[in-house]
Amino acid sequence: MIQRLVRPVLLLLAGVAFSLVLLNRVQAGGSHYFPPVADPLVNAECGSCHLAFSPAMLPARSWQALMGDLRNHFGDDASVDPVTAEKIRRYLVANAADARGQRQGERLLRGLAPERVPLRITELPKWVSEHRELSARSWRDPKVRSRANCTACHADAALGYYED
Amino acid sequence: MLNPLSQYMPAALLGILVVLPAQAAGDPVTAPYAAELRAVDPGFSGFSTAQGQALYRGRFTGGKPDTPSCTTCHGDNPRQPGRSLTGKALAPMASTASPARYADPAKVEKWFGRNCREVLGRECTPREKGDWLSYVRGQ
Ligand code: HEC
Ligand code: HEC
Ligand code: HEC
Repeated sequence: MIQRLVRPVLLLLAGVAFSLVLLNRVQAGGSHYFPPVADPLVNAECGSCHLAFSPAMLPARSWQALMGDLRNHFGDDASVDPVTAEKIRRYLVANAADARGQRQGERLLRGLAPERVPLRITELPKWVSEHRELSARSWRDPKVRSRANCTACHADAALGYYED
Repeated sequence: MLNPLSQYMPAALLGILVVLPAQAAGDPVTAPYAAELRAVDPGFSGFSTAQGQALYRGRFTGGKPDTPSCTTCHGDNPRQPGRSLTGKALAPMASTASPARYADPAKVEKWFGRNCREVLGRECTPREKGDWLSYVRGQ
């Protein structure tokens, strides 16, 4: 009698375990997803020199600051006409990491003091801790060249995925 | 007795004949630069792909140390993709490889502005832009 019950129960337990693993993976995958830029104008102007970074990776105050001085943009001149700049600014601010409903973005801002205005994703405390284990050598790899070259290590960064 | 005007006619006709081929070639990409040059130098006879090549391949010291040349980002071979310093792949510059390029004059001007300052430390002249475009697009 007991013997006849064991098999179905075991099967059930295996099924539950499997679903838990799946669910876990889906949630984990979700935590690596940062919606990519969906606006063609922003993609064209902010995706020509580097990946068009997801607006959900910096707080609104950072985008305001970056858009306030495109002429001196990390040593480059990224300036655009004022009308275009205003459209880009609005898009980035509306989709910023601290905008309503950006759970991933909020997680990336953990540890960031509210008075700080980071101009780089790569200076966020959470970004730094996620990348702490990478050796100095992997940053010097000629295929990487820059920390901002997310795509070198995250092949699907342009699609918004940052696992491995 | 010849009308003084008619004495100049052959020269004028010749002038038109010299200028026409450049325009008849109908290259809308270099036309604005050619027009600028002709306005100050009626003897302007066309762009030089050799000068364009020298600008594309040359190494300069006037700009930023990490971008001494157009080839730094656009690569040694204009038919092959290039790569920005941040690792972004750039479509080839040659028109055979990238037919969609140079269609938007504002985009062309914007990048001449940024890239010439970065590499040369100054604006490119209309002649340099025309030379460069003639060389690169023809590759
Ligand atoms: C002319 C080239 C160019 C253009 C156009 C450009 N950028 Fe940049 N951007 C750079 C460079 C160079 C860096 C520094 C990269 C490095 O550290 O290696 C940079 C870095 C950044 C960073 C910081 C990356 C990090 O380290 O976390 C952000 C954010 C950024 N850019 C946003 C933008 C936005 C928004 C736009 C559009 C308005 C834009 N960029 C357009 C050249 C450009
Ligand atoms: C030299 C390679 C390299 C570069 C360049 C790089 N990363 Fe990473 N990144 C990694 C590695 C390795 C991890 C850890 C992967 C893991 O834990 O699954 C990681 C983790 C992450 C995570 C956390 C994902 C998770 O597992 O929770 C995010 C988000 C991320 N990177 C974003 C970025 C962004 C944005 C850029 C560009 C500004 C970037 N990375 C550039 C290698 C890199
Ligand atoms: C630091 C990297 C870099 C250097 C050096 C560089 N370029 Fe560029 N160039 C770019 C980027 C990025 C673009 C825009 C993206 C694209 O069109 O692929 C571009 C685009 C252009 C365009 C516009 C092409 C079009 O499709 O309309 C022209 C013209 C141009 N560059 C000229 C030059 C000239 C001339 C030089 C050398 C004096 C030069 N570039 C050096 C990065 C560079």
